[in-house]
Amino acid sequence: MEPFRRIYSIATPLDKVNVDTDQIIPKQFLKLIQKTGFGQYLFYDWRYEKDGTPRKDFVLNDSRYKGSVILLARNNFGCGSSREHAAWALLDFGFRAIISTSFADIFYNNCFKNGILPITVDEQALQKLFESKSEIEIDLEKQTVKNDNVSLQFHIEPYWKKILLEGLDDIAVTLKHNDAISKYEEKQVSNPRSS
Amino acid sequence: MTKTLIEKIWDAHTVVDEGNGRSLLYVDRHMVHEVTSPQAFDGLRANKRKVRRTDLTFATMDHNVPTSNRSLPIVDQTSAMQVKALERNCKEFGIELFDINSPNQGIVHVIGPELGITLPGSTIVCGDSHTSTHGAFGALAFGIGTSDVEHVLATQCIWMEKPKTFEIRVEGKRRNSHAITAKDIILSIIKRIGTAGGTGTAFEYRGEAVSELSMEQRMTICNMSIEGGARAGLVAPDEKTFDYLRGRRYIPENYDSLVEDWKENLKTDGNARFDKSFTLHVDDIVPQVSWGTNPAMTIDVTGRIPFPDEYAKGNVEEEKAAAKALQYMDLKPGTLVTEIELNRVFIGSCTNSRLEDLTEAAKVVKGKKISQKIRAMVVPGSQRVKKQAEDLGLDKIFKDAGFEWRESGCSMCLGMNPDILSAGERCASTSNRNFEGRQGAGGRTHLVSPVMAAAAAIKGHFVDVRELDLN
Repeated sequence: MEPFRRIYSIATPLDKVNVDTDQIIPKQFLKLIQKTGFGQYLFYDWRYEKDGTPRKDFVLNDSRYKGSVILLARNNFGCGSSREHAAWALLDFGFRAIISTSFADIFYNNCFKNGILPITVDEQALQKLFESKSEIEIDLEKQTVKNDNVSLQFHIEPYWKKILLEGLDDIAVTLKHNDAISKYEEKQVSNPRSS
Repeated sequence: MTKTLIEKIWDAHTVVDEGNGRSLLYVDRHMVHEVTSPQAFDGLRANKRKVRRTDLTFATMDHNVPTSNRSLPIVDQTSAMQVKALERNCKEFGIELFDINSPNQGIVHVIGPELGITLPGSTIVCGDSHTSTHGAFGALAFGIGTSDVEHVLATQCIWMEKPKTFEIRVEGKRRNSHAITAKDIILSIIKRIGTAGGTGTAFEYRGEAVSELSMEQRMTICNMSIEGGARAGLVAPDEKTFDYLRGRRYIPENYDSLVEDWKENLKTDGNARFDKSFTLHVDDIVPQVSWGTNPAMTIDVTGRIPFPDEYAKGNVEEEKAAAKALQYMDLKPGTLVTEIELNRVFIGSCTNSRLEDLTEAAKVVKGKKISQKIRAMVVPGSQRVKKQAEDLGLDKIFKDAGFEWRESGCSMCLGMNPDILSAGERCASTSNRNFEGRQGAGGRTHLVSPVMAAAAAIKGHFVDVRELDLN
């Protein structure tokens, strides 16, 4: 996983509440068996006309936001299906951070696992970010979001901060607890009847 | 110290407590399916890791298997590739697989309980958000992403933030328990708390109206906890729970002694405190129908399609979303729900595809014909449900009425297999999500109970199922 330290970019404003993972990556694209290549299908049904031409009214097709690595989203972003393909698609498209007032739990977790930083801010700050067009600086080490209008500190679990900053493999981190896991297993009493 | 059931299960499974609310939890049962697992197995291979506990891991294929004739090969090449990948991965890593020809095949959340893989007081994960279903048995069960599937395969553990506890009290007595179902209870809850109401929490459903529900009805309610934003939702186990599981295929050898222990311990202490609480009184609820593009956009069957401001109650963002939903659904505010004409009816999904769902729907359908303009299908949740239903002659009732009777799988709930809506088609569906394009690009989904779906199939439009004789 690529380490995350500091990014500087304009933000793509997706002005819609309760965006579910079915919209982020529709089901017809869940059949790939690798983690890459999903970016072209990101927000597919909102992004393209039926004949495959890009829809002019959708923000991802707006040339002003080309190359942006920050997504601004509204409340309850990533709700619904647990499909991690949603995080893969966002990452593959180029997004490294998402700022919203709230994220659905499973999606939130899936972001960290893929090196995407989900940042929760209050409604007022989010509104200001939506209204301003200037570039945003996100510094993970300092836990800050800054632009012309906004300067704030955000919360992140220390564990995730470390994983992101160092681009760690979290399974390797967990396996350091192998003894504790084995010890737990010794007292298990409800194993399935063997087949 | 007094504790809620959620906290008791959490504490009993904590392997490492980091002290900041984050713990490494042991996973008792891991269910795997074809769509969210291939990348996880690839990750294991790339890092030369094994599956730590093959004996606690079970796999099936459900999301994109065809529900038509099983003797034919899968036509969709990408679906076939995923199914093949799961076969190969299970073989390579030594995991028990209920494949497409197995009598145990079915939707992962239907077969878990059916086979006794699901147990009270256990932790259960699966790469599927509706894993909350297993909470009906007093398990702490939650959906996970593919990276966590890989993590659980490798370590049998998962890192989690301790959820806040959210008590959902369901009190009172339904006036008509055939017409007003568990689906109507959970939709009534979601429309009140909203789709983000449970974010960061786990639900415990309590109260007399929960106790009187059958196990299958409890599964319907726990299943849609995720639609209320909660990653898990559970019901404390009771005699119904223990009876349901007794004698099933994979229950432990020491089941009876476990039951004694569960009776003692698997309940919320009398004066334990929840972080949040909500109460639904079911005395006055009626059958529910969703009108919009998320499950909170739901109204009474007796109601009219709301105006965006009426729905949003002052929330600007929600008002915009409601206007957009009406446009997508092609509905006009003020329209009576019972005036909404339909093209398709789908009875199935991990929410409502169990024997009781099919039995109740069959009572509505028996001796009648579906409307000529409707295409309707029943997709049993598992091969076992299908067989039981056929033994009762339900397949004949449905087929005689004009329904298609299918093989088991997720089917049109998410339309990864060929069962999809065409653009503009309107469907009464017993599934759990009415998101844009969920059942097919441009398709319009209305969430309802199995009896409401069955009644709509007969009439060609929504109808208040209470007006029909169901006894």
